[in-house]
Amino acid sequence: MRYAMAIDTKKCVGCSDCVVACQTENDVPIGFCRDWIVEVMDGSYPNLEMELRSERCNHCDNAPCVRCCPTGASHIEEGGVVKVKKHRCIGCGACIQSCPYDARYSHPEGYVDKCTFCYHRLVKGEKPACVSVCPTKCMYFGDLDDENSDVSIALRNRKHKVLAPEAGTKPHIFYLI
Amino acid sequence: MKEELFVSGRAIPNIDPYLNIWHWQIPVYLFLGGLAAGLLFFAALYTLLGKEKQMPTAVKWATFLVPPALVLGLLSLFLDLKHKMFFWQLYTVIRLESPMSWGAWTLLIITPISILWSMMFLRELLEAWKGKDGKPAPMAVWSLKFLEKNQWIEQFIQWLVKYRKVLAWLMIYYGLILGIYTGILLSAFNARPLWNTSLLGPLFLVSGLSTAAATIMWMSKDHLERSTISRIDLMLIGIELFLIVHLFMGFLASSAVQIEAASLFLGGPYTVMFWVFVVFMGLILPAILETLELLGYKIPVMIPAILILFGGLVFRFVMVEAGQITRYLY
Ligand code: SF4
Ligand code: SF4
Repeated sequence: MRYAMAIDTKKCVGCSDCVVACQTENDVPIGFCRDWIVEVMDGSYPNLEMELRSERCNHCDNAPCVRCCPTGASHIEEGGVVKVKKHRCIGCGACIQSCPYDARYSHPEGYVDKCTFCYHRLVKGEKPACVSVCPTKCMYFGDLDDENSDVSIALRNRKHKVLAPEAGTKPHIFYLI
Repeated sequence: MKEELFVSGRAIPNIDPYLNIWHWQIPVYLFLGGLAAGLLFFAALYTLLGKEKQMPTAVKWATFLVPPALVLGLLSLFLDLKHKMFFWQLYTVIRLESPMSWGAWTLLIITPISILWSMMFLRELLEAWKGKDGKPAPMAVWSLKFLEKNQWIEQFIQWLVKYRKVLAWLMIYYGLILGIYTGILLSAFNARPLWNTSLLGPLFLVSGLSTAAATIMWMSKDHLERSTISRIDLMLIGIELFLIVHLFMGFLASSAVQIEAASLFLGGPYTVMFWVFVVFMGLILPAILETLELLGYKIPVMIPAILILFGGLVFRFVMVEAGQITRYLY
């Protein structure tokens, strides 16, 4: 099993619903977030192109954050989900430094927090909160090993990219372009 | 023109300043670690070379600084942790993949070794400890009496002295690991292009050795010892300059993110800090002063020593600060 997400940059309108849904679902303290929207303007006037991206932890296959963690608090769950055990985390910040996507933050209580793909929902067979609230239905989530999952179908049918592939982390959030 | 804007996430004020998660504690920790590693290295080296008589400061007196340096270093690492009550989790596993983990273990081994080492010279230190009036200091008299009464301490020290070569080998080995570790802690992060170069390990090691040499020079009262260490220091400074040039050559011949990282030092905000305070004042100027002193000019050794120590500290601050603003995306 390998969970992954594909996000359609052509459908996303940047409404931030996924951000708010995550904050609510995961009790993210005010002023912090586990996912965020990036608006990229490319080109030169008048030939501009805009891309909207909902970003979060990429649940990398070759995860530097897990490698550098001195206590093993950062670890990989079944299905490739990268998580932090808060009672093992000493808050050293090594994993924050190691993430090329800046997907982690220091929780006010001291431990490090990040996107979990809503692991507590996955085990119940539900989709992550961000995916289920998206009003444009631009996010596809599922198991890459299952060729009939939403994400496999989306990736099969559309051109896609990942962010900073040169960082070598093998990210698992795909952007449909 | 290419523009990238954020509409949320990074605009949330609590996260971005927190991403620069390492502040003064880490450079101070790296500085003290490098200094301690260098002092242990020199002490062990001259012991193994059989030069204990000629190099008393390197072998004996300077090593009294090591335990406090290591303890302060660990303390500043501790202050950096955000989840402090879970500190002990560091010592529940050994994770070889994580530099932070084996650094923490190395410190756990090397701190007691350094305490044992300086214990060997405790009696000598106490006997030489004089108050302002030239009489033995009361504290020293009391401690010596305490040693008299507790013969087992004396016996333990005798035992240590017998096996000091073993201790010395351990110190060389762990000293080098600690010195290199201070650089590898940073270079293991591929996400921060400025740090992600294998030159950082040797560079931090040599810089640590050089700060240690400066300390020994400063403390030493023996002319011969001073000039020996001063010659070694000149060599170390030479290697450091060479590594720095290579560091930038490597960056400029590398990928876009590393070229960008180098530009922070080549015209960017850290240019003056680095080239003036680290390279000129911390390396070139002390090297000139040391050369003049070796040629027979009267220069208080304190000046180059302070310059080197200060340069070494600033170097670590600059690298840690600047590294954190280099990144892959936006
Ligand atoms: S995106 Fe960052 S935090 Fe997530 S798995 Fe990759 S390196 Fe780790
Ligand atoms: S901050 Fe926590 S999760 Fe991150 S590397 Fe340190 S101990 Fe591991």
